Amino acid sequence: MTQNNYSFAKLTNGRAVRLDTIPTIAFDGFRQAILDGVAYGQRVSAMFGDSTSQSDVTLLYVVMADDEQNQLYVGRTQIEGDQFPSLTPDCPQVHLFEREIAEQFGLKPIGHPWFKPVRYHHSKTSRDAWNRPSNQPILPGVGDFFQVGGDEVHEVAVGPVHAGIIEPGHFRFQCYGEQVFHLEIALGFQHRGVEQALIGGPNNRSIHYSETLAGDTTIAHATGYCQVLEALAHCQKTARAQMLRGVALELERLANHVGDLGAISGDVGFLPTASYCGRIRGDYLNMTALLCGSRFGRGMIRPGGVGFDIDDNRASELLRRLDKAEKDTTVAIKLLWDTPSVMARLENTGTLPKSIAIELGIVGPAARASDLPRDIRQDQPSGIFRFSHIPASTCDTGDAFGRAFVRWLEIQHSIQFIREQIGAIPAGSPLVKVGSLAAESFVATLNEGWRGEVCHIAITNQQGNFARYKIVDPSFHNWAALAYALRNQEISDFPLCNKSFNLSYCGHDL
Amino acid sequence: MLKIILARLQQGHQTMKYPDGPPPKLPDRFRGCPKLNADKCSNGCNACVGACPTGAIVVKDNHPSIDMGKCLFCAECEKVCPEKAITFSDEYYLAARKRQDMIAAGNQPTKPCDVVMERDIRKLFGRSLKLRQVSAGGCNACEADTNVLGTLAWDLGRFGIQFVASPRHADGLLITGPVTQNMHLALKKTYDAVAEPKIVIAVGACAISGGPYIDHEQVKNGADAVVPVDLYIPGCPPHPLTILDGLIRFLGRKGCN
Repeated sequence: MTQNNYSFAKLTNGRAVRLDTIPTIAFDGFRQAILDGVAYGQRVSAMFGDSTSQSDVTLLYVVMADDEQNQLYVGRTQIEGDQFPSLTPDCPQVHLFEREIAEQFGLKPIGHPWFKPVRYHHSKTSRDAWNRPSNQPILPGVGDFFQVGGDEVHEVAVGPVHAGIIEPGHFRFQCYGEQVFHLEIALGFQHRGVEQALIGGPNNRSIHYSETLAGDTTIAHATGYCQVLEALAHCQKTARAQMLRGVALELERLANHVGDLGAISGDVGFLPTASYCGRIRGDYLNMTALLCGSRFGRGMIRPGGVGFDIDDNRASELLRRLDKAEKDTTVAIKLLWDTPSVMARLENTGTLPKSIAIELGIVGPAARASDLPRDIRQDQPSGIFRFSHIPASTCDTGDAFGRAFVRWLEIQHSIQFIREQIGAIPAGSPLVKVGSLAAESFVATLNEGWRGEVCHIAITNQQGNFARYKIVDPSFHNWAALAYALRNQEISDFPLCNKSFNLSYCGHDL
Repeated sequence: MLKIILARLQQGHQTMKYPDGPPPKLPDRFRGCPKLNADKCSNGCNACVGACPTGAIVVKDNHPSIDMGKCLFCAECEKVCPEKAITFSDEYYLAARKRQDMIAAGNQPTKPCDVVMERDIRKLFGRSLKLRQVSAGGCNACEADTNVLGTLAWDLGRFGIQFVASPRHADGLLITGPVTQNMHLALKKTYDAVAEPKIVIAVGACAISGGPYIDHEQVKNGADAVVPVDLYIPGCPPHPLTILDGLIRFLGRKGCN
């Protein structure tokens, strides 16, 4: 059952609206609208602050996604002073958004159950939500961690520098023997100030920020950023450009999903699939490089379309390589499901129940593995996905097996999608000119990256420049799911659980 | 078991012949070492300077130069240059030992820099180099294309190079990312934990100069602001072949083509 969220303005993915059409409502109404929306099955895609001309007044925005109705809702409220009542106790999925608002704007969410910084930096305002002096450095990961008491309980700390070639993050386990009672994850080590640097843009560096927000998600983030510009400039891309963007997005998904299945295989000690998938992942990256010269899709997505066109020779070469890679992938991955020792390690490890996934607002393959059919390509489609549907792949187990198996299902769908698209390439120019951006407007774009929903939001000023730019990487929603999934697991299962989510540090830290 | 054996046969032998054989074929749209033709640059339009996202290009008296340590290889300069004075070649060998060796200027033909390590160090590490990787604000692209060298196609282990799980086991660091303020201390501590003599390799535009994050207050503009760097490997991200070429030439396992 879904009901319209009457207090908020309706919004479509990738359509700009005038800022003054977004209602500014009193905090109680704002709060109630969010709670009602979530109760009716909506989820919070983004919640963020924005400064105003008055230093003691901050605007809070929320973008809610109604997946069943293919609709977004946006609302805002004004906060005067340095605090607001926390929504987290009634709506856990905003827990990290509220911490982020506190960190960036020095607003205290009163009643937040676990009130800590997110990225460990000074606030944009003269306020500090933790009353830290502004002239002293803020040390990352330093502060209280949730602790479990008892003589036989011990604590294990890992990171920020990890044992493999992995980005930095700090993990604190509360253990009883091998059993993990609680895991707390402290991030922020990768914080490089992207949102702040985008303000005043777009400029010639903006696209590169989007391409390096999370390097393994270059296509999805660059697509989200370009859609922001195109919506604000009312620019119509060609079908050809939309199709090539879709192909690039699915190639990105293929490379990462295949790599993840290899890594999961490695973490359960099954080396054949680990070795094969490590290499096959490269075949998909090289297909992206065939399109644009870069294995990660740098330069492929550009405002107004794509940076590189495709001709018949390139198309047939892509299909030839896809056929070969499909065969190798199928053989390598089917070994997993046919090997009892692998299945024994995957099943019932790191289970995320559906109810918790809903409460935490989980997105992407992690949500679909817990039986939530959330997929932006299906629920809020943009570009080519409005015309060519990819069914959402789900599994009802919620465990590491579910997250692995959903990836396998998606691999098959993506290959089929690319084959169909490349088989019938529409005519048209790959790139059209993007004009100047509409002033005082708001736009939200959602794309289904390989980890899940990639959300970009821009608010423009009177000159049509970015006054605020908000990015929500799927990892921002999903890190809490990993922490939850570790409860009552053996600590030795952490690498496997971690890999089954494979979340982004830099995408979270921005 | 039978299925595993059949799969093994199906997957075949995949390790590349390089460096004894030819390098793997690079995509035709690959953007490698930029080539400058200073004679063509004459009208002082500075279009390339304006198009460059990271300030890698400087034009002085109609003589452009590109700092490959800052270059993101986006080729925007190539697109806007009316005289075609800048083109990106397919040359993948970009590694350099000194920061100034990464600045391409004038018409000088680019050739691989001599990057081989000093003789006494080479005696120690030439056949066995254990590296600790530290991502200090990297976007996971340099990390991923470093990691890929461990897969069976590239098989980094053949050269005695291995990524290890502790700085105490390592002969040096391989650093990616612009070095965020929040990773500054962790990087320093990791470096200090590596026993002498030790080497440092900076991979990617971020680790060399800050890359797209150059001059952000949240970053240190690269690894050499914190630790001494012995080898720079440019790119955004560098192709695995560029990284491998840099590593094995550094070890003296491959000549300068």
